[in-house]
Amino acid sequence: MYAQMVKTGVDRVAEREQLSPQEQEFQARIDADVRIEPRDWMPDAYRKTLIRQISQHAHSEIVGMLPEGNWITRAPTLERKMILLAKVQDEGGHGLYLYSAAETLGIGRDEMIDQLHSGRAKYSSIFNYPTLSWADIGMVGWLVDGAAIMNQVPLQRCSYGPYARAMVRICKEESFHQRQGYDLLIALSKGTDAQREMLQEAVNRWWWPALMMFGPPDADSVHSEQSMRWNIKQMTNDEGRQRFIDQTVPQAEYLGIQLPDPDLAWNAERGHYDYGAIDWDEFYAVLRGHGPCNRERLSARFDAHTQGAWVREAALAHAAKAAAREPAAGVQASA
Amino acid sequence: MTTNKSPEPGTNADADARSQWPLWEVFIRSQHGLSHRHVGSLHAPDAQLAMLNARDVYTRRNEGLSIWVVRAADIVASAPADKGPMFDPANTKVYRHPSFYEMPEEASGL
Repeated sequence: MYAQMVKTGVDRVAEREQLSPQEQEFQARIDADVRIEPRDWMPDAYRKTLIRQISQHAHSEIVGMLPEGNWITRAPTLERKMILLAKVQDEGGHGLYLYSAAETLGIGRDEMIDQLHSGRAKYSSIFNYPTLSWADIGMVGWLVDGAAIMNQVPLQRCSYGPYARAMVRICKEESFHQRQGYDLLIALSKGTDAQREMLQEAVNRWWWPALMMFGPPDADSVHSEQSMRWNIKQMTNDEGRQRFIDQTVPQAEYLGIQLPDPDLAWNAERGHYDYGAIDWDEFYAVLRGHGPCNRERLSARFDAHTQGAWVREAALAHAAKAAAREPAAGVQASA
Repeated sequence: MTTNKSPEPGTNADADARSQWPLWEVFIRSQHGLSHRHVGSLHAPDAQLAMLNARDVYTRRNEGLSIWVVRAADIVASAPADKGPMFDPANTKVYRHPSFYEMPEEASGL
């Protein structure tokens, strides 16, 4: 998932008997794995939390197009360029599925975009890092999409129907994203010394920010506990991070690269890899807007939106004129 | 019985006013002769752009052979509160299912 530190607005998770009858019934449906649909009754905090989470997820997909878009004109071959174009187009699509899902909760598309531009809504910290070399495009697919997949796969079974359904589509496409990234890195790993150096240099920069994507340890967080109770989050941040590390280390070994963590070691007793301390100061600084690219990313989004305003207005004006000329104009739907 | 002249997403009528481009629901018929199925929604100023956007957003991987786009505001949906009166009566009519009838073994092919 690209959502980090989503607040639920609760101070503590209520015991069942503290819930109103309506809330109890709602919780019982979730516990029975019944999907909640847009017009069903839901607690206000559930609705608001989902809007925060889904819109943050959507914004991440949209802002996430920027670091990769940077390399479309610089891709080394026509095939890589076509693949990257398709991937970036997918990210735009993912953003649209998610905006639509959030809109079913009663928030408008424009309002969400306003919240992004004004800084009230966040996007994932990871997209505030620059893509300096071609190997970075591989890292985004392998590590960034790989980390996102850890949380997105279980979200296909989350309690909110439209979100779960959007996630099914996204997961299908995300697997292509991760594989094309790894494929690109394999090519570099079999290349020249300079290419292997580029590969190592890129993983040195991306490894820690990718681990930060899961968010700070939250085993005791009331927000995480509440979100898990609502089945809109299925594991703690540390659980997701651990799974990701365990899965990724052998993949790094295959590429013949060193992950930049001297403390990374297999722990037979735990059956997991141990890993070194994460620099959470850096994470919080990036969230506060002090990452390498925060300002650039946000202004690129803002400019695209404002400079495209005339297109949206023109399309509306055209539609109004066409409708006035011929009320039944438009494409005929037919089976 | 109340019917709501608004799509499943319900609250989107307000959202429309803000974002101006109306909301459309997208239905796609996949291969293998299945019927059109709801796949999601999008915003577009008119039917033509709704169709083009639906193609780009929902059929990048051969998901369909046919697309329907319907203005969300034109969909009439049953209200969740009516679930009881609407659907409960069917629960008591078990005799509508073939499994209600026990057939003799000797009479095969039934």
